[in-house]
This record gives sequence, C-alpha cells and structure tokens, in this order.
Amino acid sequence: MTKKVKDEILLDHNADGIDRRGFLKCMAWAGTGALCVMQGGVLKSYSLSRLSDLGASAATAGELSFVQISDSHMGFNKPANPDVAGTLKAAVDKINALSNAPEFLLHTGDISHLSKPEEFENVDQILKGTSKEVFFVPGEHDVLNDDGAQFRERYGKGAKGAGWYSFEKKGVHFIGLVNVMNLKAGGLGTLGHEQLEWLEDDVKHLKHSTPIVVFAHIPLWAVYPEWGWGTEDSAQALAYLKKFGSVTVLNGHIHQTMQKVEGNVTFHTAASTAFPQPQPGKADSPGPMKVPAEQLRSVLGITDVNYVRGQHALAVVDSSLA
Amino acid sequence: MRRGVWILEMAAAVVVAAALLVSGSRGFAASVEQAQTSSAEVKIDNFSFGPAALTVAAGTTVTWTNRDDIPHTVVSEDKVLKSKVLDTDEKFSFTFTKPGTYGYFCSIHPKMTGKVVVQ
Repeated sequence: MTKKVKDEILLDHNADGIDRRGFLKCMAWAGTGALCVMQGGVLKSYSLSRLSDLGASAATAGELSFVQISDSHMGFNKPANPDVAGTLKAAVDKINALSNAPEFLLHTGDISHLSKPEEFENVDQILKGTSKEVFFVPGEHDVLNDDGAQFRERYGKGAKGAGWYSFEKKGVHFIGLVNVMNLKAGGLGTLGHEQLEWLEDDVKHLKHSTPIVVFAHIPLWAVYPEWGWGTEDSAQALAYLKKFGSVTVLNGHIHQTMQKVEGNVTFHTAASTAFPQPQPGKADSPGPMKVPAEQLRSVLGITDVNYVRGQHALAVVDSSLA
Repeated sequence: MRRGVWILEMAAAVVVAAALLVSGSRGFAASVEQAQTSSAEVKIDNFSFGPAALTVAAGTTVTWTNRDDIPHTVVSEDKVLKSKVLDTDEKFSFTFTKPGTYGYFCSIHPKMTGKVVVQ
C-alpha cells in the first residue's frame, strides 16, 4: 500500500518552508476522490477507484461520520459556473446517497458570494434537504460590508468573538475558528490574539487522547502564501494542539482538495460546491477556473469524514459531484 | 464610510472655494478648473491593481474598476479609503485633495496592494 500511496502524490511542497519537521507530503487531487486514513499520525491515502483494494468496510464504518462542504458561493453567476444553486443541490443529493449516513454537516465558509441575505437564505433552504444540523464558520465572502454582523446573527448564536466556538460529538472535540476578519494589507488569514487565548483555554482541560477536529475557512497551513493561502498566526494555534494524539484540520477557500500530515496533525482542504480554482501558481491569479461544462461536476465535491473510536483513526473521503 | 467621504467632499469644496477666491483676484481660474476635472483610472485584473502605483495631482478623482469574476474592495488601513465590495464591473471613485502617499489593499484578498501618490 505504501508503494501505491507514493504513486498518488501529485504535488510535493518540499519548498514551502513548513515541511522540514518529519514526514510531510502534500497531495492535490483534481477531479478524483481520495480516501485518507490516519493511524497513529500517519496518513494513508488512496484514490476512490482503489477502495476495493483497501477492504473499504473497515475504514468507512465507524462511530462518528460527518460531511464537510465548502465554498458554495451562492450568488456567483459567472461562466465558471452559472448555476451554483444546482451544484449545491447535487452536493445535497450526494450526501443523502451516502451509505453511511452522516450525523451532521460542517460548512467551512464562503456560504454566500456577496454576503446578501437572499444568498444565505438560499443556501439554508437547499441544505434543509439533508435534514442535518449544519455547523458554519465564515469565509471572507460572508463578512462583506458589515464585519460579519449578519453571519453572527444567522449562524453564530452562542459563539464567541467573531463567531468561534467548540462542541463535542461522541468524544470528538470540534473547534470552529474564524480567520477571515481584520485582514491586514499584504497579509494572510488571521486568527488574532483574543481567539488564540480562547483556544488555549478551550483545550486546556481536555485529555490528550481526545480526538480534535479544527475547521476554519482559510487553510491553517501555508498552502501558497503568494496567493494568500495560509494563516499568519496558525502556528500558535497548532502549538496549543500539540499535546493531542490526533488532530485533523479541515479548511476550504482554495476550491480544491489537498492533504498534508505534520506530526499528529492531518490537514485537509475541501473542494468547492461552486467552482474550481487553479493549482497553486499554475495560473496568473487564483480566480475561478473555467472548465468544460461536462467536466464541471467532476471538480466540485463534498468531503465525508469518519471517526473510528479506539483505532486512533479518522478517515477522510472526498467525492466529486459527477 | 459615507460620512468620511462627505467630510472630504466638504473639505474639497472649501479648498476649491478658497482657491476660487484667491485665483479670482489673480486671474488663475483656468488652473483651478483643470484641478477640478482631472481624473485617473485603476483597473483591477487578475487579483492585482493596475497600475499598482499611481501618481496624481491634488484634486484628482481616481476611479477603480473591478474587471475580475471575483469581488474586491479598495481600502486603506486608516479607512480613509473604504469602498463597498465591488462586484464585476463595479466602480469606486475617490477625490484626493491632500498631498501624500495613500497605500491601500483589497480587504478580501489582502495580498492585493497598491498606492496613490498625491502631489
């Protein structure tokens, strides 16, 4: 299997300045699905087409299953996808068709394109089609013009600060962070002092064996700082999580799936349900990437995450909307 | 934000009125008129401001146009410049009355930076 995993590496960020600490690989998948299983801090990754080799039932049956969706950009209507409502509905159909029904959904931001009330409302109505509880964190497109007041009113009741919070599900500790506020000229995503202090306090009393899932919009690792794909003060946040044996970080923002392992931390970015963006540095800018209409749904997707208690494993499965 | 622009517009009006008073007595009305009508353009393409550095005379109105498929803003850290979010083909204009260097960025994509030097 190790041999096969090596064969799957499409992109290796050896030069990104982060990957000096131990084993580090980064994989980018364009249009295909990936199944990732983390065991003892080591990520094993297989393309969906090879699930049969894995004996999939062991990895896909667990005690907690949830789905991450991201970057629905409701209101976007440019050539890269003139029907973002249609592709979000396709994501809902995909979720409803999962053999292992998820307990809830995480939405990692850019719910709307322009922070308009009708855009949020449209997403809420479509997601009702899953009959699942949805946990949100904002993307930069959700806090335009009003510093996030509308987002907090709609999704952040009971949350702290700009909308950060934590909750427990079946022994797994989930932490929703906000890194799209108060961005500085020339800078990256920012968590800020107040949120970092809250995070330190939030995890202080947890057992080291508690599995941690952190979700935030902008990647908490330096995917490609030249395009702003990273978070200034994420290292401080990760330092507070160092003591835990299993940490999974789920992000959106870059409209493509990527994974990386660093010590006990697995990083994963989800596909958008709206439109794809280019691979880091592979275009003049990170703007929407137009692909032939018949290929669009193969580069959009959802992420299914499965936790198996006692096996120290978290399985992450990306599937396209095609 | 609107209040800030309004104050600046008022300030501009006061400056122009004062200039008219002075120039009226000295016969320099033509130069004042030129200052009032001068304008400059900044285009937003591919997540960058073009030109990224622009030099204009005091009194110039600069207009930014977003030509990307993604919304952008024009904001300075001191909030002297603060556009609303600009969707595709939307514009934002600001009249610079005081000399100085005005750095700005897109608050949604902060890697996008630019400056206007007012002489």
